[in-house]
Amino acid sequence: MNTNISQNASVHAVDPEHLDHAEIRTFGFWIYLMSDLVLFSVLFATYAVIGFNTAGGPAPKDIFDLPYLFLETMFLLISSFTFGLTIIALHNGKQKQVIAGLIITALLGLGFISMEINEFAGLIAEGAGPDRSGFLSAFFTLVGTHGTHVFFGLVWIFVMMGQVMKAGITEGIRSRMMRLSLFWHFLDIVWIGVFSFVYLMRLI
Amino acid sequence: MNQSHNEEMGARITKKAYITGIILALLLTVISFGMVISHTFSRKAVMAGLFVAAFAQMLVHLHYFLHLDKSSAQRWNVIALLFTALLLFIFVGGTLWVMYTLNSRMM
Repeated sequence: MNTNISQNASVHAVDPEHLDHAEIRTFGFWIYLMSDLVLFSVLFATYAVIGFNTAGGPAPKDIFDLPYLFLETMFLLISSFTFGLTIIALHNGKQKQVIAGLIITALLGLGFISMEINEFAGLIAEGAGPDRSGFLSAFFTLVGTHGTHVFFGLVWIFVMMGQVMKAGITEGIRSRMMRLSLFWHFLDIVWIGVFSFVYLMRLI
Repeated sequence: MNQSHNEEMGARITKKAYITGIILALLLTVISFGMVISHTFSRKAVMAGLFVAAFAQMLVHLHYFLHLDKSSAQRWNVIALLFTALLLFIFVGGTLWVMYTLNSRMM
């Protein structure tokens, strides 16, 4: 009887606890992402309310460029896909493929962020900066917040690249990569809202 | 232990899922841009179309890229997401409702 209990206890102590840790961390990160979603929703609501107040300044039709936006969207969408392939390589334990996948994802992410910085710099240079009108304030805040997230995602990708190069694929790196993949895919979902409602909706 | 972890994730994370996901996502993105560029539909139709396409693409990403489904492993993630969706509805819907009817309220 006694041995039975202790055996049961040890089984419970080892197996599920390990799984629990990984799952709890992922769930905790998921909760952070949900709170981030709340942040973005407030910025979307702000844009919807003051986005029409152009104060005699440039309107969406004057400053938004559809082909440019499409290319930007493709960069981020395809980087989501390449990150997915990186995760598959990670589960197969292929270190070189993981590093290659991270490099390709980072290059696509860099393409996205440099296009966005270029767009912002161009707008500010023509006097359409965030101080020009309510529309532009809301636009720069929402799109800039998303861009900042992508920037930190890129930093994280480079950190993971270094870790995988140095330590290979360990349990800890696997678990961090899973959270990074949640973050990266999440940013792409927010971008669907940005290109649909911030840009396209105002160009009809 | 590694093995069981892999199998648990591997059941849902497959190359096929990512390829299906990217094809659907590309299709929906092109539809969204196409509706705006073509100028063939009425303003209201395009607005409704954008809402539907964006919502559908978000679901595609959630399912094929973030691997959300009805399995028990994902239950709490889905519940947290649904709760957040309720919050978003209250925040964004409530803001729009109040602000767009402000004039009639101030009469």
